[in-house]
Amino acid sequence: MNVFETTSIALRALKRNTLRSLLTAIGIIIGVAAVIATVAIGEGARSQVEETFAAMGTNLLIIMPGSNSSGGARGGFGSQPTLTWDDLKAIQTEVPTVAQAAPALRTNAQLQSDDQNWATSVQGTTPDFLAIRRWKVSRGVPMSDSDVDSGAKIVLLGQTASDKLFGANSDPVGQVIRIKNVPFQVVGVLERKGQSPMGQDYDDTALVPVSTFKARLSPSLGNYIAGTIMVSIRNSADVSKGQDQLTALLRDRHRIGGNGEDDFSIRNLAEVASAQQQGADTLSALLVSIAAVSLLVGGIGIMNIMLVSVTERTREIGVRMAVGATPNQILAQFLTESLTLSLIGGLLGIGLGLLAAQLTSAQFGWPLKVRPEAMIIATGFSAAVGIGFGLYPALKASRMDPIVALRFD
Amino acid sequence: MGDPLIELRDVQRRYTLGDVEVRALDGVSLDIASGEFVAIMGASGSGKSTMMNLIGCLDRPTGGTYRLNGSDVAGFSRADLAHLRNKTLGFVFQNFNLLARTSAVENVELPLLYAGVKSKERRARAMEALARVGLADRFEHESTQLSGGQQQRVAIARALVNRPAVLLADEPTGALDSKTSVEVMKLLEELGSSGITVILVTHAADVAAHARRVIVMRDGKVITDGPAEKVVKS
Repeated sequence: MNVFETTSIALRALKRNTLRSLLTAIGIIIGVAAVIATVAIGEGARSQVEETFAAMGTNLLIIMPGSNSSGGARGGFGSQPTLTWDDLKAIQTEVPTVAQAAPALRTNAQLQSDDQNWATSVQGTTPDFLAIRRWKVSRGVPMSDSDVDSGAKIVLLGQTASDKLFGANSDPVGQVIRIKNVPFQVVGVLERKGQSPMGQDYDDTALVPVSTFKARLSPSLGNYIAGTIMVSIRNSADVSKGQDQLTALLRDRHRIGGNGEDDFSIRNLAEVASAQQQGADTLSALLVSIAAVSLLVGGIGIMNIMLVSVTERTREIGVRMAVGATPNQILAQFLTESLTLSLIGGLLGIGLGLLAAQLTSAQFGWPLKVRPEAMIIATGFSAAVGIGFGLYPALKASRMDPIVALRFD
Repeated sequence: MGDPLIELRDVQRRYTLGDVEVRALDGVSLDIASGEFVAIMGASGSGKSTMMNLIGCLDRPTGGTYRLNGSDVAGFSRADLAHLRNKTLGFVFQNFNLLARTSAVENVELPLLYAGVKSKERRARAMEALARVGLADRFEHESTQLSGGQQQRVAIARALVNRPAVLLADEPTGALDSKTSVEVMKLLEELGSSGITVILVTHAADVAAHARRVIVMRDGKVITDGPAEKVVKS
């Protein structure tokens, strides 16, 4: 007797009680569907988080100036400018893992167009900033090095700021706006970047050359940078290595020895991303444990129905034994039956899970990511449930005494 | 004449029912040669069914020896016994014991399935066996669509399909009316005269009369053993 013959006997036996077989498989169907949907939704959420952080800039480290301590009260990071323009130069030239570094000076200011005004965050920076943040212009031209060198009064508007000052869909390139009463020419509009994970609108901003910013918009602090330094690392694998190198460089430059406290801090956005991811993972773990319970209950259901089936078919077992079925052949027959039942449940569950994942990702606008491993594992799990919970009933059938089985009513 | 096909020597079969020991077979010795047509008679509780189960390798003796085709079954595993039943023995039961919702030909194929015969040959041999019992035209019918006599003939075809040495029939006419009983007995007689060993277990003297040799049992012992004409008359 080969596998096909055994399987076809099993399928016929299951078909005889189609409704019962289907109801029995429901536990497996729900369990597997939950696993598939969970993995797909989890992957979708993960890639959503990754996309959000990719929008902030890849391999991004933000160096914030340190705290001052006066009279025992320690200010937070940024309370005292500690980063110098020489530090920036050193970062750009002395740290091998660093691709680019740019200053980001920030002030809040009222922007005025001819007939509108809008308060937003104005940042003074260099062209590298756009490369670090992977930010392109949708209209006009980006900032150039010569703009920085000459202290040009030009501005790049974020899409939100542009909309507020000039109305949606208008082209403000070439127009002049006033920032703190200083006229700036709009040379470009930045492409839309959306929101940060914290809900901050990246597009509600205006970028000016750092030299102009220092000269016109904010009091200069001399050698010190009145803001942060943004750094991009060449390879994403080197982000924490780069962080260590930057720390060592700045500690050295700031003459902080031994156990001295850093007077700066380096934010690694990958860490923020992983914190976000943890939330999604917790949810996934919860759903997976529900799935595990469902598979367990499904397995018990299969065991129950197989025990009923073995009892109902006692006489059939007797007849099969009388005409020459060995105990192993009977065992194989009933195991194949529970295996077939659970595999059918598993396949239906995969279908249902994909449907659920599709609906969820459509609802939340996530990309639908289905990992084939998840389907293979789910199928393997349902097979294991079928064999695991089908073993006892099948053993019971194979150990029957043919005389007793033949006499059974 | 060489070794007998079936050789029982002082065979015992005892059960314990609670505290009571039941001696279903109590020292039975007999030989059955190949090609014999034997009836085992007795009232219920005489041990004839136990005897049939033992000879049919559905059960093993608790004492004495049983040799089938020269080999002692005492040391056989359950799987060995299953192979023996598959190849050497064919069963016909009082209540037919056909599988429900399964066609006649598939029922007949069953022993071949467990013998590992390929599906094409299986079907051909099953059809041949059905033809032999006169039911070739009913091969697709399920048992509920067949009369009692037809069902028993399907069961006989199933018992014959693996060309066994011994056909064991346990009250084969017990569930049939007298007219179909005669047909079934005629079929068994034909098989008996074709060289196959037929062992019939019954409580009815008129059924036993179809056999050539009759063994009468009481209380787990053989009390009479002789040619049918003599035994049935007495």
